[in-house]
Amino acid sequence: MSPVRAATNDALLEIEDLRLHFPIKAGLLKKTVAHVKAVDGVSFSVYPGETVGLVGESGSGKTTIGRCIVRLYKPTTGSIGFRTAQGVVDIAQLDKRALQPIRRDIQMLFQDPNSSLNARMRVGDIIAEPLEIHAIGTRDERRSRVEDLLEQVGLGAEMYNRFPHQLSGGQRQRVGVARALSIEPRLVICDEPVSALDVSVQAQVLNLLSDLQGELGLTYVFIAHDLSVVEYISDRVMVMYLGKLMETAPTKRIFERPTHPYTEALLNSIPKRVRGGHRKRFVLTGDIPSPVNPPSGCVFHTRCQYVKDICRTETPALRPLPDDPETSVACHLAEEVALEPYYTAEERRDLESDRA
Amino acid sequence: MNKPGGAGERRFKRFGLRKKNIESGIQDEYQLLTVRQLMIRKFLRNRMALLSFIALVIIYFVTLFAGFFAPYTARTSDSKLTYSPPMAIRLRDPESGRFHLPFFYPLRGQRNMETFQLEYVEQLDQRVPIAFFVKGDPYKVLGVIESDIHLFGSSNPDERLHIMGSDVRGRDLFSRIIYGGQVSLSVGIFGVLITIAVGSVIGTLSGYFGGVVDDVVQRLIETIRSFPQLPLWMALAAAIPPQWPPEWVYAGIVIVLAFINWTGLSREVRGLVLSLKERDFVYAAEASGASTARIVRKHLLPNMASHIIVTATLAVPVTILGESALSFLGIGVRPPMVSWGLLLNDAIKIQNIVLYPWTLFPGIFIVVAVIAYNFLGDGLRDMVDPFSR
Repeated sequence: MSPVRAATNDALLEIEDLRLHFPIKAGLLKKTVAHVKAVDGVSFSVYPGETVGLVGESGSGKTTIGRCIVRLYKPTTGSIGFRTAQGVVDIAQLDKRALQPIRRDIQMLFQDPNSSLNARMRVGDIIAEPLEIHAIGTRDERRSRVEDLLEQVGLGAEMYNRFPHQLSGGQRQRVGVARALSIEPRLVICDEPVSALDVSVQAQVLNLLSDLQGELGLTYVFIAHDLSVVEYISDRVMVMYLGKLMETAPTKRIFERPTHPYTEALLNSIPKRVRGGHRKRFVLTGDIPSPVNPPSGCVFHTRCQYVKDICRTETPALRPLPDDPETSVACHLAEEVALEPYYTAEERRDLESDRA
Repeated sequence: MNKPGGAGERRFKRFGLRKKNIESGIQDEYQLLTVRQLMIRKFLRNRMALLSFIALVIIYFVTLFAGFFAPYTARTSDSKLTYSPPMAIRLRDPESGRFHLPFFYPLRGQRNMETFQLEYVEQLDQRVPIAFFVKGDPYKVLGVIESDIHLFGSSNPDERLHIMGSDVRGRDLFSRIIYGGQVSLSVGIFGVLITIAVGSVIGTLSGYFGGVVDDVVQRLIETIRSFPQLPLWMALAAAIPPQWPPEWVYAGIVIVLAFINWTGLSREVRGLVLSLKERDFVYAAEASGASTARIVRKHLLPNMASHIIVTATLAVPVTILGESALSFLGIGVRPPMVSWGLLLNDAIKIQNIVLYPWTLFPGIFIVVAVIAYNFLGDGLRDMVDPFSR
């Protein structure tokens, strides 16, 4: 495959059959004995200006996909098409030098602001680092750009000379946002950017992210395990399990009419009170199986409450639903079983009236 | 409400807060201390480390200006005063009971006709005053400026003063200890500088790149460390050609001592790199396209510097001891260079220790320097982590 392909559609990011298998080495000679299939055949597209939520339990491979897109990891196989002014570039195949211009367009926002900021650097230097790496502007220009960015993320230029430990968790994550935006990327991979923050601060940072998206026309891939956060910020949601996509659908549809039993189970795991009592529903038990030896057939069959024989033997493909082409699901039983929505009919009416 | 120095203020101090405008009392402003201020505070609170630091500064200062502080050079000898015992510095005349400025009684050797030992007797009728800033043997300050002024010395050039005794050729032991410190203490510093350079470069490469490089380096380190330290030092030191000039031998000894020490530092640095390179701020720099050199320089080294300094400080006494051991055994630095270990070589025979116990004085200096470095290293280790209790 040539690195530059003709633009096939208007997608900003088009991932096809992405796989990342980490080898497990053992013994004196470091023989590869098995592979951790962290990402195992994932395809999806991201369109300019939208926010795509990527959800799943720990170990489902969400973060690995994010790190493949910014090329912290090199995928084993598959392509990551990224649209640039010169056409579509396959990020998965580029070497370090060829990646350099692409890195200006894709940035990453990290989960834990304590660990994503170098404690030995001043806030101003942290934010200016991507500018320095790409040799943008003079020293003075960079400084004024950083001061503008600090204002833009709601910190104030006087933070320039602070050290990260002098800031609160929310302020630190704002510094992380400013760093990611300093070189004006088009795509930002947000890797659980609020899950390490206090609940009150989560909302502030989410609002900041959606404000900035409006101002700067950013595209987000938003990785999270908290569905309420995803519901708030995403246009579309992709549900991952054991390195594979289970369902992709518009956010509204996910919460109102989940199609995959795993999506239903995730929604059920959100604590909720119904008419004054605890909601009693099917809750996932046990842990996610090992990605070294994923279950045969449908990878979710070991924990699925609707499991049938076909699920154990045949792997379901991710296919669009006949009645709703925007929704794709990887389940043999998608048409057969009726799943419980997250919102009851009453709640949905209330929500609709709130929106109106 | 909070009186200056009261419980309230103390509480804030403990949490690294400093109260501004204590006098005004109206406006209570608290200012967060920077990490550096916290670290200095933590270090100052460790009395032993502070004391050791001051002691080391004094010792290094004195050895650096050895020519001035030592009353004689390391080589001026006096055949009339071989193995003279330490001479007492007196203020009071024991016969008349009168006080004078500091003075000493010169020694005269007499052969004891029963034991055939040379015995020294104080000449109580000759009071020789001790002079300060006295003219004496010529020397060069830092090897450049010529001078012959000494901090103290005998006012009579014919009556020599040995406050710590003298050796087999009548050379002043105190002066030789000061000159010997130049070698012993600088071996520690230079050895550790090589250790830092080699250890941190190899450790960083090994940890950052991993793979085959890492495997090879780690096996090499394990091999070196599987030898007992002193015999390996001895074997390597014995390999230094005997015809080399003393300066080369000195450099050779420094390299031999660093040869084992770098492995420890290198392992520590590798461990730090392994943990740091998985931190998100390194990923962030990589995702922005930072070069490996930039990541090492801006992200890894600054975060490891404090650990490297602590490890290096604790490696200095090991190096000093190593040099002393080699020189004591006669395979370290060679005469005419002097070092503390070499001076101790005079005490290698039990008769010498019994007859001339002052030949053990260099040992005291070794012990003091080593203990001071260890306390300093401990203090620095606490200082590096200023938030711990």
